[in-house]
Amino acid sequence: MLKIPSDIVDEMIAHARVDFPRECCGILAGKDDGISHIYQMTNTDRSRVSYLMDPKEQIKVFKEIRTLGLELKAIYHSHPNHPAYPSTTDVELAYYPEAVYLIISINNSRETKIRGFRILDEEITEAELSFPPHHG
Amino acid sequence: MAVKVRIPTPLRKLTEGKGEVEGTGKTIGDLLEDLDGKFPGIRERLCDESGNLRRFVNIYVNEEDIRFRQGKETILSDGDEISIVPAIAGG
Repeated sequence: MLKIPSDIVDEMIAHARVDFPRECCGILAGKDDGISHIYQMTNTDRSRVSYLMDPKEQIKVFKEIRTLGLELKAIYHSHPNHPAYPSTTDVELAYYPEAVYLIISINNSRETKIRGFRILDEEITEAELSFPPHHG
Repeated sequence: MAVKVRIPTPLRKLTEGKGEVEGTGKTIGDLLEDLDGKFPGIRERLCDESGNLRRFVNIYVNEEDIRFRQGKETILSDGDEISIVPAIAGG
């Protein structure tokens, strides 16, 4: 069970709304099954149907995560007007078996739905998520 | 030049599970050849048939993307830290 504090969920949704109708992407880091940090990343594809994180930002964030003694816990991106389920490209490019892939579906009315998946050897398994309230 | 190379999870099947390995080479190209000798098949995962770095693979020398240096001709110095980092991408 991956626990994502509600304020971090709100930030992911806000990111998906700001970048709509293009896809947004980002990284969540934390320890054990908890998330403490969110990093909004630049989608260098600037596309409605794909994302590619800026490699320069990516290595910076990876370094910060290591320095803080955290782990990469989840990778999120949005699916504008598409279901919250991994696409063929998502499966092909899932190079991070240690992470939960979070997909935020967002439609024209800006309604959102978040689901999480582990993608290992092209096999998709739904990951359980919980959104505990944020304290402090 | 002796350098340390950080290996991402999907390639650790080729490095006996190791997340960090040692390699040598004057340039990134030499280093990849050296690594391929020790861990056969690793170069093919990183480069295409014409030897170019695959689109969804990033290689950094001390956190600098080799695409912004001289690519595979990037010169290495003793003690450099090389990171092989898959892109984070999808559709």
